Amino acid sequence: MANDSNIVSVKIGGPAGTGVKSVGLMLDKIAARSGYQVCDNVEFPSLIRGGHNVVQVNFSLDEVTAPRLNSDLLIAFDQMTIDLHHNELKKGGGIIFDSDLADVSKVRKDISLYGIPLRKIANKAGEKEIFVNIVALSATLQILGGNLETFKKLIEEEYGDKGEKIVEADKKAADLGFEYAVRNYKNNLHKYMGPASSFSSPVSYMVLNGNEAAALGAISAGMQFAAIYPMSPINNILHVLAANQEKFGYILKQPEDEISAINMAIGASYAGVRSMTATSGGGFSLMTEAYGLAGITETPIVIFDGMRGGPATGLPTWSGQGDLQMALHSHQDEFPRIVLAPGDVAETYELTIEAFNLADKYQTPVVVLLDKNICENDKTLLFPDTAKVKIDRGKFVKKKIDDYLRYKYEDDGVSVRSIPGVGNFFIANSDEHNEEGYSTEEVEDRNKMMEKRMKKLLTCAENDMPNPEVFGPPDADITIVSWSSNKGSILEALKNFSNVNYVHVTWMNPFPVKFLTDVLSKTKHIVDIECNYTGQLANLIREKTGIEIEDRYLKFDGRIIYPEEIIEKLDSIKGVKKI
Amino acid sequence: MTLEELQTPYEPTWCPGCGNFNIWMALKDAAVKEGWGSTNTALVAGIGCHGHIVNFIKITSFEGLHGRAIPVASGLKFANNRLNVFVNVGDGDCFGEGGNHFIHAARRNHDITVLLHDNALYALTAGQTSPTTKRGEKTKSTPDGNPDDPFYPLSLAITAGATFVARAYSGDIEKLSELIIEANKHKGFSFIDILQPCVTFNKTCTHAFFRDNVYYLGNDYDFTNKQEALVKASEFGEKSIPLGIFYKIEKPTAESGFSQIAEKPLVDQQPNLNGLNELFKKYI
Repeated sequence: MANDSNIVSVKIGGPAGTGVKSVGLMLDKIAARSGYQVCDNVEFPSLIRGGHNVVQVNFSLDEVTAPRLNSDLLIAFDQMTIDLHHNELKKGGGIIFDSDLADVSKVRKDISLYGIPLRKIANKAGEKEIFVNIVALSATLQILGGNLETFKKLIEEEYGDKGEKIVEADKKAADLGFEYAVRNYKNNLHKYMGPASSFSSPVSYMVLNGNEAAALGAISAGMQFAAIYPMSPINNILHVLAANQEKFGYILKQPEDEISAINMAIGASYAGVRSMTATSGGGFSLMTEAYGLAGITETPIVIFDGMRGGPATGLPTWSGQGDLQMALHSHQDEFPRIVLAPGDVAETYELTIEAFNLADKYQTPVVVLLDKNICENDKTLLFPDTAKVKIDRGKFVKKKIDDYLRYKYEDDGVSVRSIPGVGNFFIANSDEHNEEGYSTEEVEDRNKMMEKRMKKLLTCAENDMPNPEVFGPPDADITIVSWSSNKGSILEALKNFSNVNYVHVTWMNPFPVKFLTDVLSKTKHIVDIECNYTGQLANLIREKTGIEIEDRYLKFDGRIIYPEEIIEKLDSIKGVKKI
Repeated sequence: MTLEELQTPYEPTWCPGCGNFNIWMALKDAAVKEGWGSTNTALVAGIGCHGHIVNFIKITSFEGLHGRAIPVASGLKFANNRLNVFVNVGDGDCFGEGGNHFIHAARRNHDITVLLHDNALYALTAGQTSPTTKRGEKTKSTPDGNPDDPFYPLSLAITAGATFVARAYSGDIEKLSELIIEANKHKGFSFIDILQPCVTFNKTCTHAFFRDNVYYLGNDYDFTNKQEALVKASEFGEKSIPLGIFYKIEKPTAESGFSQIAEKPLVDQQPNLNGLNELFKKYI
């Protein structure tokens, strides 16, 4: 069990469509505005009609990077939430529930029961079901020692566009819920959640999920065209981009299918603007054909793949990390592809900007692999310094130049790119082609053009690829290798051990072969942790370095890997040292 | 613009007598007349015999994937709506592999001109049946005769929402060139079904067959009448293959839905990042 005395975990559950996620996000923001760091975990199981939704909000004065198996407090909007989750409560935990409706007879005796007539109070505020959420959240704030005014200010901002009447009713519901908890549970102050005023200089944390970070990263990078077909879990990239397009001047188009999405983005990029698309594995399968088209025509494009579990439709609302080998190998023959995999929200923002720069510099498709946990889970993030964002469009001309050769053989593999409409003739050709782009099947042309294209990856590895980050002691006995959202849980687990470190891989192609060979050769024991069946990163490491990782902790049930599970795994390794 | 300026170092590789020669000449003729070149125009092509055309006209072009030329052209036009965009497609290419894109591009009314090289079979793969092959036609993949009805590209275009729908015969280069110019002038999704013989594999839709059976819609034909257009679009038989503009109406284009490009094309704009910090603050 992790030592979590400084972390507060609140789980919120209820039927789909009743605003469970928005209650979670509001609690995230109240905590963030009170100076806490936050991460949440959003789960949408498809159990019964309507579905059962759960959000776990975790906050702490220190960075918190992963959810927990167990919670301190449960906010239950229905009986099912109590039945399914009361046993996940830590010793001495508490449940906030509607005292008129819920049966808590099966709940353990060590659990504090915070029964509140949620619906009755909500009706007093304005007969709207939505107020139930407000009442419950404000009562929770009292029980956590939180600040009601922070919440009311948030209500004004979030519901301001719905009119003063609604805002006033919401605020009244908040007052009533808070007062009820003051009157009835004054001495039951649960865990701590000090008000912002107790901090000398409140930090401005943003609360952001990976989808939002990808969208904001794309906007920051000067993306001008996005074509996205809806698919879980990347829908929020589409929504954020749709809402902001006029303000920032880019175009967002929802086309008829993913095939059209990527081909449109390629067409726009060919015409000279930074372009992207986003999808999940199933949509990526459809895009496979045009993935190679971008490769052979040397058209920059950024493709986001938000990975979920299962082939075909699989586990649509759950996470997975099974698309790594697909991103590396799909499409016939070979072409240079850059594959990046951020491990959290902050990395998603940074690597999105990097992806657009790399796509332009190397004139080739860049895949950004996210997983559902990164896409949909919110986390606090320091306000990024947008002035520092560097946009590098590579060898690119928008004016007429003499004797122009679009695919000129260059030592670094990168020719000068131009666009239609400026007088530079060229053919972006899906057929193998010569330096102008004319179709050719001549042996020499084919060899030289293939070598030119593939050379770009070597240039990229030399000039742009950083070494993977290593967390924990550099000379640890035990080394974890992993990627994607597992990072958060691994970092939490590492806090419990003195001789374990973590190599976090974010560049999948080109691949940091030398660095990994050095680091992994030094350690006594390597554990690979992944959310797929075969250990795709471990297989990639074997392919590239010859190092076989036998100890693989693999999970493919769609759920996040919890820190507790990693701690248990590490505990089982001989020679591991607990702090 | 002169014919010489459109000349590339490569001679067409189509079979002698192929209808593609005529379409190529008509497109070049229109380009010379209208001054289309690499400063103001982009060509897009799919895959099939028709797709080779980009190698023989010196205008900056994109040869895409089989069936996917239309989405590439749509994206291109969104990014630079100053350009004339011509999309060369084949009947198998556009209606076999790419039917979905055709329907939706017509529905959205992208301001592009689609030139269908319609030889009613797959020629580059050596003569199989296509979506426009007549029922009963013997091809390499239907040696006992095509068991399926063809569909009519014009009817499909009209019902899907195309705003300029025409048919031409490749043998009449002058008329085809005029139609291409008209189609490009039209603001919206323009589609020309160009009937062309495949001299190698199609033994029924020959030059002689077309010459004997085509006729032009007269001046009294009202191309704004959708019902009439649909009737004409399904007319195809002996002495009754109509040519000309079947349907033409004004409708907002796909591009006009975006105020971002009302003033100037995306590609001529600098990304506007002024509001970035304000946007980020919404997430606090």
